[in-house]
Amino acid sequence: MAIFLTKESKVLVQGMTGAEGMKHTRRMIAAGTNVVGGVNPRKAGRSIDFDDRVVPVFGGVREAMDATGADVTIVFVPPAFCKAAVIEAADAGIGLAVVITEGIPVHDSVAFVAYAKERGTRIVGPNCPGLITPGQSNAGIIPSDITKPGRIGLVSKSGTLTYQLMYELRDIGFSTCVGIGGDPVIGTTHIDCLEAFEADPDTELIVLIGEIGGDAEERAAAYIREHVTKPVVGYVAGFTAPEGKTMGHAGAIVSGSSGTAAAKQEALEAVGVRVGSTPSETARLVLEALDTEH
Amino acid sequence: MDLYEHQARELFADYGVLVPDADVADTAKEARAIAERLGGKVVVKAQVKTGGRGKAGGVKLAADAAAAEITARQILGMDIKGHTVHKVMLAQPVDIESEFYVSYVLDRAAGQFLAIASAEGGMDIEEVAATRPEAVARIHIDPAVGVTADKAAEIAAAAKLPPESADILVRLWTVLTQEDAVLVEVNPLVRTANGRLMAIDGKVTLDDNARFRQARWGDAESAHDDPLEAKAAAKGLNYVKLEGQVGVIGNGAGLVMSTLDVVAGCGAKPANFLDIGGGASAQVMADGLSVILSDPEVKSVFVNVFGGITACDAVADGIVQALGEVNLTKPLVVRLDGNNAAQGRAILDAHAHPLVEQQPTMDGAAQRAADLAAAK
Repeated sequence: MAIFLTKESKVLVQGMTGAEGMKHTRRMIAAGTNVVGGVNPRKAGRSIDFDDRVVPVFGGVREAMDATGADVTIVFVPPAFCKAAVIEAADAGIGLAVVITEGIPVHDSVAFVAYAKERGTRIVGPNCPGLITPGQSNAGIIPSDITKPGRIGLVSKSGTLTYQLMYELRDIGFSTCVGIGGDPVIGTTHIDCLEAFEADPDTELIVLIGEIGGDAEERAAAYIREHVTKPVVGYVAGFTAPEGKTMGHAGAIVSGSSGTAAAKQEALEAVGVRVGSTPSETARLVLEALDTEH
Repeated sequence: MDLYEHQARELFADYGVLVPDADVADTAKEARAIAERLGGKVVVKAQVKTGGRGKAGGVKLAADAAAAEITARQILGMDIKGHTVHKVMLAQPVDIESEFYVSYVLDRAAGQFLAIASAEGGMDIEEVAATRPEAVARIHIDPAVGVTADKAAEIAAAAKLPPESADILVRLWTVLTQEDAVLVEVNPLVRTANGRLMAIDGKVTLDDNARFRQARWGDAESAHDDPLEAKAAAKGLNYVKLEGQVGVIGNGAGLVMSTLDVVAGCGAKPANFLDIGGGASAQVMADGLSVILSDPEVKSVFVNVFGGITACDAVADGIVQALGEVNLTKPLVVRLDGNNAAQGRAILDAHAHPLVEQQPTMDGAAQRAADLAAAK
């Protein structure tokens, strides 16, 4: 079953005809993703040949959805145009918009995340690697060939750390891996993924990867205590990272937390999450947790 | 990017917020001339992007222009929490009746901006928030609506600010949105003895992601006090200098942060953070190596790459090419894992550079790099 993305998902790519869009659409199709269309108003009516499949280009998201029944869109457009692209997708009523683009102004993210939420469109990202349900569909830039289908659900702010854990645990495999992105404002949080993994019968254990900044991990810990019965193994990066830019006095007031890796680890351990000190130790903890279950 | 106090002051003035008469000097002589122009008695304020200036002696009252020159001479060049003072702002003293606090800050959890305001302004808003939370109003701002006159009146009333501060709250919201700021803080906002509201000190943080549509600040400066950071920035590298002996290069911010932790766990100190990103081209690898090797404190270098989109053979080719461009003077420990790791390792083996060695795991490679740094 997996979460958010399955082999039934019909996927659009906004910005498919750009260099990144072309490269990753080709990879996604090779990974089995059902890419049904691209969106680019200036290239509407053409189609692009990706070896395994010819993909039509539409002038808008609404038109593409009407023609193909698409329910997922992946946004590769440059930062200046992302807000308009996501708002167009939300207006068209798409269920899931995966925003890969890095470097979007935060005022734009604040605006389109709120807009999409009101209209029932789930956003993953921005500034994220996307999500993959191995063996079924890959929406974004996560390498599809480093792991296989299995029973671990993974949620992470960081792309390469996700890949590292996917690779270390490739013999067990994953239900779905979600890279939620490292920007200050994101559409889908650790908590949203925990909730979905808890409800997903294909997921037996959840890996949660965090990093310094904000208090998302602390909030995830509070959620786990109340709502998650499946085992959770955590990893937090950034114990030795230099202190980031503090957001004046106001930042500390908002988060109510120092945002340090130690504080996050402590919060997670306090609710029974086993937290690894390195990625490979985290992988070992996952194996142990799965062993004790059976 | 954080703005200096004097830049924030200019910004507030541009948007119609009353600020004290002031000007900036980078020499003591200049400071004297400005003080004379401002009427003699001035506050001399160090311009550094850190808090605690007052406690460090970076803010002083000068009775006349001659005193301002002496005070400016004392403050210029001062070190405040690792920041050297290159400029002082001279401001006309203000007769203060009462002090308030107002800010707009991004609330990451809510995905919205939050107005924070208190009638108990002045030095320590964090302490007010901790000890008397009821004295601090926090109100979220709907991004689709913004801060209207009504919203501003609501914030002012909740914080027990004077009703006329609503106008300033609207203007500061305009600063935040028009300038693509992620933080606008005025502390203190004061009522002067003659009943006017004035922004005495402020902090503004701009969103670096919005530079493409904010020409005003251009490449103003990225504040790289460290020469290695400046060199790396010139090459477009995501590099942060740390105090340690093991140079670190990796792909992806999360993996590099994790690498620093693992190196520290092996009893060594990482010398830097350097994320070469997903592509990891030969040129970027060469640029990164050259920056790290020019750090005299570095005793060994750990290259930690996970082949995801970019396969490890391409990364290995990049390392080999980089070794042709850079004179390697320190041991290099390489860990390649992920896509095409075997091919990548074979390429490095074939190149057989005497100072390059490979380790199969991240933990093992970190330990080896730490041992090499300790042995030097």
